[in-house]
Amino acid sequence: MATTVKDPEVATTPPTVKEGFSFLTSRLRQIGIFVALLVIVTLFQVLTGGALLQPDNVSNIIVQNSYILLLAIGMVMIIVAGHIDLSVGSVAAFVGAMSGIMIQDWNFPWWVAFLASLIIGGLVGAWQGFWVAYVGIPAFIVTLAGMLVFRGLTQIVLENQRITGFPEEYRQLGGGFLFPGLFPAETNILDWTTVGLGVIAVALLVFNQLRGRATRARLKLEDEPKAWFFTKLAFIVAIILGVTYLLAGSRSGTPIVLVVLGILIVAYSTVMSNSVFGRHIYAVGGNLQAAQLSGINTKRIDFMLFVNMGVLAALAGLIFTGRLNSAGPGAGNLFELDAIAAAFIGGAAVTGGVGTVIGAITGGLIMGVLNNGMSLLGVGIDVQQFIKGMVLLLAVGFDVFNKRRASNALK
Amino acid sequence: MAENILRMRRITKTFPGVKALQDVHLDVARGEVHAICGENGAGKSTLMKVLSGVYPHGTYDGDIEFEGTVAEFKDIRDSERDGIVIIHQELALSPFLSVAENIFLGNEREKRGFINWNDTNMEAAKLLRRVGLDLNPVVRAGDIGVGKQQLVEIAKALSKNVKLLILDEPTAALNDEDSTHLLGLVKGLRAEGITCIIISHKLNEIREIADSVTILRDGRTIETLSLHDGSVTEERIIKGMVGRDMESRYPERTPVIGEEVLRVEDWTVHHPQEHARVIVDSANLTVRAGEVVGIAGLMGAGRTELAMSIFGRSYGSRITGTLYKNGTPITARTVGEAIRHGIAYATEDRKRYGLNLIDDIKRNVSGAALGKLAKRGWVDSGREAVVAGDYRRSMNIKAPAVTAITGKLSGGNQQKVVLSKWMFSDPDVLILDEPTRGIDVGAKYEIYTIINRLAAEGKAVIVISSELPELLGICDRIYTLAEGRITAEVPIGQATPELLMQYMTKEKD
Repeated sequence: MATTVKDPEVATTPPTVKEGFSFLTSRLRQIGIFVALLVIVTLFQVLTGGALLQPDNVSNIIVQNSYILLLAIGMVMIIVAGHIDLSVGSVAAFVGAMSGIMIQDWNFPWWVAFLASLIIGGLVGAWQGFWVAYVGIPAFIVTLAGMLVFRGLTQIVLENQRITGFPEEYRQLGGGFLFPGLFPAETNILDWTTVGLGVIAVALLVFNQLRGRATRARLKLEDEPKAWFFTKLAFIVAIILGVTYLLAGSRSGTPIVLVVLGILIVAYSTVMSNSVFGRHIYAVGGNLQAAQLSGINTKRIDFMLFVNMGVLAALAGLIFTGRLNSAGPGAGNLFELDAIAAAFIGGAAVTGGVGTVIGAITGGLIMGVLNNGMSLLGVGIDVQQFIKGMVLLLAVGFDVFNKRRASNALK
Repeated sequence: MAENILRMRRITKTFPGVKALQDVHLDVARGEVHAICGENGAGKSTLMKVLSGVYPHGTYDGDIEFEGTVAEFKDIRDSERDGIVIIHQELALSPFLSVAENIFLGNEREKRGFINWNDTNMEAAKLLRRVGLDLNPVVRAGDIGVGKQQLVEIAKALSKNVKLLILDEPTAALNDEDSTHLLGLVKGLRAEGITCIIISHKLNEIREIADSVTILRDGRTIETLSLHDGSVTEERIIKGMVGRDMESRYPERTPVIGEEVLRVEDWTVHHPQEHARVIVDSANLTVRAGEVVGIAGLMGAGRTELAMSIFGRSYGSRITGTLYKNGTPITARTVGEAIRHGIAYATEDRKRYGLNLIDDIKRNVSGAALGKLAKRGWVDSGREAVVAGDYRRSMNIKAPAVTAITGKLSGGNQQKVVLSKWMFSDPDVLILDEPTRGIDVGAKYEIYTIINRLAAEGKAVIVISSELPELLGICDRIYTLAEGRITAEVPIGQATPELLMQYMTKEKD
C-alpha cells in the first residue's frame, strides 16, 4: 500500500507547555486529598509546637482511628455501588457485646469467640444485604432500621451492663504491639521489628510498582511520564519510611492493628482495582442499568457488599472492644458517620461509581489528625464538631464544583 | 388564508456532532390544526422544543414570530406566558397528586401563599368538563387511565389560557376509543379558536383532523400540504416522509448467508407493570448466519421491547414463546444467560443503558465479558488495555487513549465503544437497536461498515431502526412491526419505503 493508515497513538504531537500544565492540574485533582492531609499535618505540627508528630502520638493516632479506617474501607465500597450503611456503629457494638458474652458467659476460647464474631458480622450483613439487594428497599432505610435494631439488640444482650475483663490475647488486636519485648525501648534507640517491617513494605512497594511499569512498557501501553512516576514513588517511600521511623522510636513499636489495617488496605485496594468483583462494583455504581444489560448480577454484588461490610464492622467491634477492654451498650456510637465522612472526604461520589480505598483511608486520617490536633490544642468538643462538619461539607462541595466545571467544559 | 399565528424562519439547531434542524420553516395559520410529519429523528420534537423554549433563545439560529411579534423564549414558562403549551409524549403528570393539583401545578389558585382548595377543585371540574371528562378532580392522577391523563394534560393547558397547543404523538399510547375522543376534542378546540400543532405517525388521523401538514425529513422542511380538498393521499405524505436520495450512503456488501442461528417463536410479552397489556403479540422471526435482518416499526410499535425481552428478559412480564439457537430450544432468563448463549444487544439509548459514562474506554469495552480477561476472579488489566487498544484501532474510535472517559466522546465514538463491548463478548447474534441514532453521516457509514464486517464474519445481525432508508441500505430481509405484531416479512428485493410504511402503519383488524 502506498499510504499508511495513521495510527492515533503515533499521530499525537509532542506535549506543549500548556499540555504539560493541564496534565499537572488534572493530577493535582487526583492527589488533592493527599496534599490536603499533608497541609493539615503540617499545620497542626506547627500549631502544637511539634507535639503532633511525637512518636507516641503518631502511634496513638493510628490506634485511635483504626476502627474508623477499617469501617471506611467497607463503607467506600458500598458508596461506590451507590448505597450507604448507617448501621455499622451499632453492628460493631453488637458484635463486641456478643464476643463479650461468648467469652465471659459461655467461656469460649478467645479465638473461637473471634471467629464466631466475624461470622455474626457476616450474618448481620447478609440480613441487611437481603433487604437491599433482593427485596429492593433503599439501603438508607434498611441500615437506618439496622442502626436501631442492632443498637437495641446490643442493649438487650448486655442487659444494659458493661462487660469488662477481656483476656490478654483478645486485647492484643486493639491495643497490642508487635513483639514489644524483643527490642525494649530502654536498651534500643529504635524498635528494629518496626524498622524491618517498614523496609519490607518499601521493598515490596518499589518492586511491585517497577514490575507494573515494566509490564505496561512490554505491552506498549501508555503510561504516566517517567518523572511523575518516580517522584510519586519516592514520595510514598519517604512517607512510609517517615512513619516507620516515628513508630520505631515510640515506646512500644508497631501496633498490631496497624499491621492488620495495612494488609486490609492493600488487599481491598487490589480487590477494587483488579478483581472482577471490584470492577463490577464500579460498573454497578457508574450505571446500574448498563451493568444489568451487560449481564452483571447486580443483586449479588449488592448482597456481597453488605456481607463484607458486616464482617468489617465485626472486626472493628473486636478492635474497639479490645482496646477499651470493655463492651458497653453505647459503644460504637456515631462510628457510621465518621466512616461515611471519611469516604466522602476521600473523593467518593455521592451518586456512586467513584471512590477508592486509599482515598477513604486518607479521608479518615484527615478526620483523625483534625481530632487529635485539635485535642492537643485544647479545642473543645463543640468547636471540633463544627470544624469537622465544615471540612466534610467543603470537601464534597469542592468535588461537586470540580465535576460541574468538568461537565460544563464538555458542552 | 387567515393570518399566521406562528412563523418560524430558518431554524437551525446543532447538537455536538449532529445538525438536528437545518433552515426549517414552519407557518401555522390561526385557528387551524397543523400536523407535522416525519420519520423518527426527522427533527419534529426538536423543532417543538425550540418553539416552546425548552431550547432557549440563543441555543439555536433563526427567528420565531408568534402573533406578529418576535419571540425569544428563555424557558417553558416564558412560552407558556404567551400561550404556547406543549404536551409531551411522555405525560408529565405527578401520579401521587390529585387531578386538580396537577392541573394547577406551578399555577396554584392561591392567596398569600395559601391554596384555596374549593376554588382549585371547582375550577378543575369546570376545565375537566370542557375536555369532556366526567371525573372527580380529587382523585389521584396515577389512578386514572392513560387516555384520561392525556385529557387532564389538555385541561391543564386550557387553564393556562392556551393559544397554541402542541400535541406530541397524543394518541400513541391510546386505544381507539380514547383516540377518537381526543381527536374530537381537538376539533372542538379548533372551533373555540385554539390553534393546534399535532405531531403524529398515524396518517389516517392526520387526514381526518388536520387542515394542513408540514413534512420534515433529515432536519429540513420538505413541504407543507393543504389537506382541505382531500387530494393529498396517505401515499403522498409517505412519499414526502421517506423520498430521499439513496446513493452510496451504504457500503457495498455481498451477503453469504448460512444456517439459521436464532429463531423466535410465538413470542408474547406483556407490560412490566400493567400485566394485562400486550406489548409484543406472538411474534415470529428468524435470523441466519451472515444475514442482516431489519426490524422496522414506528415509535411505540414494540421494537425495543421485543429485542430486550429476547435479551435475557430484560423487559416485560409474563413472557411466553420459545427461543431456538442453532435449532435447539434455549432458555435465557437473565442477561447473563443470554450472553452465554451468544446473544448480544446494543441498546438504542447508549448513555442510559449502554455505557458507564464516568469510566474509561477500556473498562467499558471489557464490561460485558470481564470473565474473559480474568483468572480466578482477578482481572489481567494489562491484557484488558491491549484488547481495548486493538478495538480502538480496528473500530477507529477517535480518542487520545483507551483511558479516555467515554462520557467525553462524541456519539459516534461512544457507539463504537458499545459495539466493541459486544464484539468482545463474542456473540453469534447481535441485536443492534438504533445503531446510528444521534450520529453524524460520516460515522454512520463507519457503523454500517462494521455491521457488514460482522455479517461477513458469519454473525447473525438484527438491526432495529426508525430510518427506512438505512434498513433498505444494509439489510437482507426486513420485518415490519406495528402495535406489537409482526405485520410482514419483506425480502430486500421487494422492499420499498412506501410498502414498509404501509405495513408499519397497518392497524389491527
